[in-house]
Amino acid sequence: MSEGKELSLSKLRAGDRAEIARLVDAYSANIYRLALKMLANPQDAEDVLQNTFLKAIQALPKFEGRSSLSTWLYRIAVNEALMTLRRRKPEINFAHKPEEIGEGELHLNELRDWCCLPEKDLISAEAQNYLDQAIQQLSDKLRIVFILRDIEKLSISETSEALGLPETTVKARLLRARLKLRELLSAYYGERLGTEKSR
Amino acid sequence: MNKEINCVEFLETLSDYVDGILGEALCKEIETHMDNCEDCRIVVDTLKKTIYLYHETSAKVTVPLSVRERLFRSLDLEDFIQKESELKNDVTF
Repeated sequence: MSEGKELSLSKLRAGDRAEIARLVDAYSANIYRLALKMLANPQDAEDVLQNTFLKAIQALPKFEGRSSLSTWLYRIAVNEALMTLRRRKPEINFAHKPEEIGEGELHLNELRDWCCLPEKDLISAEAQNYLDQAIQQLSDKLRIVFILRDIEKLSISETSEALGLPETTVKARLLRARLKLRELLSAYYGERLGTEKSR
Repeated sequence: MNKEINCVEFLETLSDYVDGILGEALCKEIETHMDNCEDCRIVVDTLKKTIYLYHETSAKVTVPLSVRERLFRSLDLEDFIQKESELKNDVTF
């Protein structure tokens, strides 16, 4: 998350509306993206975006700056997104998935090398749909770690701060999320590899 | 003593390796392992590509104008909606 020309914390704390507008424009794309990837629903993502900034603006006068503004905003957004998921209870399958527990053995599956596929195949509209579907197959706990670390590019320590989790937990979940997505993408692109070769 | 790592140990250190935060000695062991293990080399390459694809395709996601407008209204900032271009000059994305 780029802060560009430094935002003035003192102006933000004092409720300077122009500065708050700059804050919103500087960070809304990141918050919206996180919510969209987490919830896969534009309306829910918009609600998370609004609630995140409503809560942040209310809390700004008390913001002490112990974490960066961006990590603080991510933390609020994560909580909003997780609350939305909890409200969806009937749609959520609470059965323990192995990767959620984080203790199952790590396996090597899907060993086709699809890196050589042309970019047009890797990022076609169909492939992008598949990427969106695949990330939804991760448990919420794994998905949020992957989004913060690998999509939003937070460091391990920032991710751990935004989630309120120890770094070791973040690292363990990140590894599982990455391996699972690699496996899912390998199954998808591996098939395209066959098509590509037979052309 | 230079113990050779196996594929499971390799998997456990994979994230740190891909993130470039693995110690030099362990990094060397990983690379030696990959030289001799085609499967693990493929896992590293496809894992890096997986992360790259998610980051690249997600970076294109922007806030639709209508969503931004409703956001500003909900925050009582409607008088700043029209100032987007002006604001963009101030804030580097």
